[in-house]
Formats: sequence, C-alpha cells, structure tokens
Amino acid sequence: MNQAAELLQEKFPEEVVEVVEFRGETQITVKPGRIKDICKALRDDNRTSFRYLSMIAGMDYLPQSPRFGVVYNLYSHKNKNRVTLKALLADDAAPAIDSVAPVWSTANWHEREAYDMMGIRFRGHPDLRRILMPNDWVGHPQRKDYPLRGK
Amino acid sequence: MGIEEHLGYNILTTSLEKLVDWGRKSSLWPATFGLACCAIEMICTAANRWDIARFGMEAFRASPRQADVIIIAGTVCKKMMPAIERIYEQMTEPKWVIAMGACACSGGIFDSYAVVQGIDQYLPVDVYVPGCPPRPEGLLYGILKLHEKILQDPFLTKKYQERLALRQEAV
Amino acid sequence: MNSAETMKRTETMLLNLGPSHPSTHGVLRVLLELDGELILRADPDIGYLHRGIEKMCEYRTYHRCMPLMNRLDYLAGEVNLFGFCLAMEKLLGIEVPKRVQYIRVMIAELTRIASHLFWLGTHGHDLGAMTPLFYAFREREKIMDMCEMISGARMFPLYLRIGGLAADLPEGFIPAAWEFVKSFPEKCQDYHNLLTKNQIWIERTQGVGVMSADEALDWGWSGPMARGSGVNWDLRRDNPYSSYEDFDFVVPLGKNGDTYDRYLVRMEEMIQANRIVRQVLERLPDLPPGDIQAKDPRISLPSKDAVYNDIAGLINHFKLIQEGIKPPVGEVYQCIEAPKGEMGFYIVSDGSPQAFRLKIRGPSFVNLSAMDKLARGRLLADSIALIGTMDIVLADVDR
Repeated sequence: MNQAAELLQEKFPEEVVEVVEFRGETQITVKPGRIKDICKALRDDNRTSFRYLSMIAGMDYLPQSPRFGVVYNLYSHKNKNRVTLKALLADDAAPAIDSVAPVWSTANWHEREAYDMMGIRFRGHPDLRRILMPNDWVGHPQRKDYPLRGK
Repeated sequence: MGIEEHLGYNILTTSLEKLVDWGRKSSLWPATFGLACCAIEMICTAANRWDIARFGMEAFRASPRQADVIIIAGTVCKKMMPAIERIYEQMTEPKWVIAMGACACSGGIFDSYAVVQGIDQYLPVDVYVPGCPPRPEGLLYGILKLHEKILQDPFLTKKYQERLALRQEAV
Repeated sequence: MNSAETMKRTETMLLNLGPSHPSTHGVLRVLLELDGELILRADPDIGYLHRGIEKMCEYRTYHRCMPLMNRLDYLAGEVNLFGFCLAMEKLLGIEVPKRVQYIRVMIAELTRIASHLFWLGTHGHDLGAMTPLFYAFREREKIMDMCEMISGARMFPLYLRIGGLAADLPEGFIPAAWEFVKSFPEKCQDYHNLLTKNQIWIERTQGVGVMSADEALDWGWSGPMARGSGVNWDLRRDNPYSSYEDFDFVVPLGKNGDTYDRYLVRMEEMIQANRIVRQVLERLPDLPPGDIQAKDPRISLPSKDAVYNDIAGLINHFKLIQEGIKPPVGEVYQCIEAPKGEMGFYIVSDGSPQAFRLKIRGPSFVNLSAMDKLARGRLLADSIALIGTMDIVLADVDR
C-alpha cells in the first residue's frame, strides 16, 4: 500500500502521476513508459515484495483522452496487502505498452485478453494473439464504441 | 426404402413401424454435448437421483456416429457453432435435437456479440426445454415428449422420406 | 544405399483435444503437439463459451448484473455473487448486519462443498473411477436441496443482494443443514476409502503436474492449486471478509505440488468447510432474525409499510427500482476465496447506475494458463488428469 507508493516515489519519482486512497485501497497512476522496471522493482524489493499479479485489465475511457489504460493489481503475500497500478496510454489510435510477461508469467494470458478485447498491443509479448474471440474476428468487442449485439 | 410403395401402408408396415419406433425411443443414446451450466443439470439427470438409465439413455456416446439424440445443453457461442454443425452432420439418421435451457432455445439472458440467439437458427430442434437451468425433472419431461414424438414417427411412408429430404436440404 | 538414407523421417503429430470431448469439463480445446504419446507442447484454445458478460454488465444496472454473476463459475453459483455483492458494498461503503454475514458465510461454504464434490466426481470419472461420481452426487443433491429451500432454484439461488439477503432463512433450512453437517464427515471418509490408497489413483496422480511454490505464485495460481504446492495462503484467513475472522478453520497444505496433493487439499477443504458451517449453525441462534439488508435508503428497498403509507417511502422504492443504485465515483477491487481460487471483481463506477467497467478475475482462467508448462514432457493420458486437477469451469475461463 503506502510502501508501494513510497518505493515508487523513491525510485521512479518522475513516473508517478497520482496516488489515490479509496476504501482502504491504494491506486497509483504511473506513466506507461517504464512500466516493466516499475513492476520489477515492486516485485523484487524486500519491503513491498509483490510477487503475485492478480490481474491485468484493459480499460477504455472513451469520452476522455487518453482513451486507453491498463490496470494491474498486485498482491504481496509477505505483507498481505494489495496495490493497484494504473497506466494511461498515450496513443489513442494504436495503444501500446511494454509487456510485463517477463516479470510475472501469468501476465501472458491477461495481456492476450486485453489485446483481444481492447486492442492494446503489448510490446515484447511472447505470443500476442486473440484468446477469447475466434481468430478471424474483426474488431475489439469491449471497446466502448463496439455495439453490444455485435456488428 | 421403396418397399412400402409395393406393400402399401397396411397392418404389416404399421406394426413394423411401431416396433421400430418403440425400439428407437427405448434406447436413445445422447451425444455428450454439455456446453455450460445446463450440462451440470444434464449430468445430475444422469446421476443417482434422476437416473436417466431407466429410460435407456445413460450411455452418453462421445462419438456422434453412435448417438441418436443431441441435447444441446448450454449457451451456444459463435466460436463453438462450427463444431456443433460438424457434430450434427456426423450423426447418422435418425437423429433428434433437444434444445435444453434458455440459452439453447433462444440465447437466454445473453444477448451479446458472441452468442447465437438460439440453436434453432442452425439446427432443426425437436423439443425445447426452457429453464435456466431446467430442473432435471424438466429435462426428463422433455425427453418423454421426444419419446412421444418418436412413437408417432412414420418412417416407412413416402411422406416421411419427403419430409426428411426437405429437412436435410434446409440444414 | 547407406543406413542414413533408409532411416525413416519422423514428425510430430498435432492432436486436437476438444472442444467437444467427454473429459474436458466443458468446451475447452487443447492443441497438443505429440511425439508418440509424449506431449511436446500444449496450447489451450479457449473462448468457446465467451458470452460477453463483462460488456453486458456495462449496459445494465447493478442489480440486473447479478444473474450474470451467478453464471460465472456455475458449479459454485452463489460464491461468485458473494464476491460481487462484497465488491459493491465496498464501493458503496456500507456494512451489512452480522446475521447476514454469517448466513452468507454458510451459503458460501456449502456451495464450496458442492463445487468440490462435483470436482471429485468428474476428476475421478475422467481417470476411470466411476464410483466416486455417484457417491459425491448423493451429497451434492442434499446441498442442492438446501439451495432450493432458500430460493427455489437449485444451482443459481440468487439469494444474496447488494446490502444483504433477499429474505431470511426459511423454516426447515436449519434442521436440514444440521443433518448434512453431522453426516458429511463419514461420507467424506467413503470417498477416501475409494481413492486415497487406491494404487491406480496413486499411479495416475502422483508426480503429475508438479509446480513448486515459487512457480505457482509466478503463474498466478491461487486457492487449492497454490496450496497444493505449499503456498500458505487463504484469503479467508489472511484478508478476511464477511466475518470469516470469527471462525476457526485449518488451511490444508500440500508438499509436492502434484495432482495427488491437490486432491488431498481439496478433500480436506471440504471437511473444513463443513466445520465452518457447523460453527455458523451453532452461533446463529444468538443472532436473532432482524434486518436482512443494510439500512441505507440509497440501496435497500424500504419496508412495505413505508411504501404503502408514506410518500417518501414510495418515491424511494420507485427510484430504486426504476433507476437502480448509484454508487459514488471510484473503483474497487474485491476478491474472495472461491472454490477454484482467487475470484476478483474490479468495478469502476462513474456515478451512474450502470457500471463503467466490470472486470472479473476468474481463477480458472489463470489456473489454465499454466497448462503448457505442466503438460510438457508428460504423456497424453496425463493431460486429462491435468485438466481435472486444475478444476476449470469454462464459464469462469471465458466469461
């Protein structure tokens, strides 16, 4: 929680955009540029020890710009606490961010799902292809401008 | 089966029909086709309390070639549809389709981009069993209705053959 | 011609397991690259049951999302709803009455037993043991009867509400629950007698699908999967929710991280869940029936008396039914210990009655992602044991 915010302020002060505490949770918004280093630091540092990635969610904040975001939720077994990392992606037309699959192996499938549903590309992902929709599906269904009943 | 043209539709052929229909309905082997939640109720129907074996149907065949009825139990998604079509076409005649559950009958509560709104858009359904999921007694009632339907199946007459040909064309 | 030229050319075989297969527990397709019977690569292809639940929730009010939540992990219907209701209550910042919390724990643990019983029956059936299926279903039917008592539906009772319950426990539930709780441990012993020391079972499950504790954390495993590998972690004990801290239970751990250990962990979890239900039943008489919902006019319907006699109550009722609840702007992530692992709900609210984004972290999705790692180097028959031990429910994988 606060340890994560402290660690990031210490090691990556210019990457942290905002820290919000809501309902007992800590949400840290960071810039997407060095997300892999940030995640590695959160995982390896002894104070925070976030060795477990719960989920990666692709987000589409359509009326706003930047439109796309990626949310990571990390858990530390040592301290029994969580932190939510949020990164807003710069490019609205071709959103892309570095993959954290080298940091946690579980990120592989979460990122594939974010790509499939939102169209966010993950640079350095070992196997970025559709996972839930058929391979020849056109469009990214969870985007806000995609109709519910499909095209 | 051109023999009925010579024999005519008389006591011999009707008795034969009744015998064959009784045989067919007494041991309808379902193809394993549980897709989603309704599959759990289908398994409960086959388990201890609602023993489907008393109807001769406990042998759920994995191979569609050996199956008579396909119980589409669960949500049919667009990605799964080609597999369902293929399995249905691999089943040998005579074959029947039971659409179990709201999702198979009409898409259920899932009116979204990835769900086929009812399996009857692709397959000719004989019995619809509504429910989300239908109770095992509901499925058994649907199966008994199918038995009634089979008992009236005039497979020896020319009219049936014509209807069958129409159905195969439509699919 | 020398021997090199007469040597046959070998190539690997691509075998398609599923999506329609009796042992894949649903519509799972695994593309296996085989060298004889040895698996070189296993690539699960999912999405055959992707129904678009997350997107559908953005178009409906929070109460109308609840039937969709029930149908996520369909073996443990009410547990998913438990997680969703807890997430909504966290977002709204409300506290539910104690009796409600205890009843929720009881329903969740009974559903956990039902889910593990189904797992036991089908996992055994896949590996050739047909008898445990019928034994397990015998007990599961009793739990389904109890679910039917509380709401009328067997698998998806939809008994929980945001802020509380739909109604208090009906008459006849408590005696039925006591009967179940008292008889269950010896029934569990029946299952142990059939499988635990069975040589065939041991041969087919020991050493299959080994994952060390560090690897399990790296691959995001949680629940019985992680505990089978020795990770001492249970969300009910470590980050308690809904009064779990009041109850006394043991968290079973495995040593070797193979299928046999996970089997033992789940069997013991059933006994511990039974223990929790017993504790709830013992304490329920001290919490008399009272409010079944948090008394907050923003979310709970007013009493019928107020609706019929007081204009404010009528308007409140009308607005709640027509418009739905409007949580504050914000986002929460709430996770619970589902029978399959950590089930999380990430709800982003923009103040409107519809969720802006509802992301569901399905434990089966994450557990299945490690299939390739587990299957490499094993035989084809082990792939069925692996799918069974991961206890996947395709609706949880695909949502």
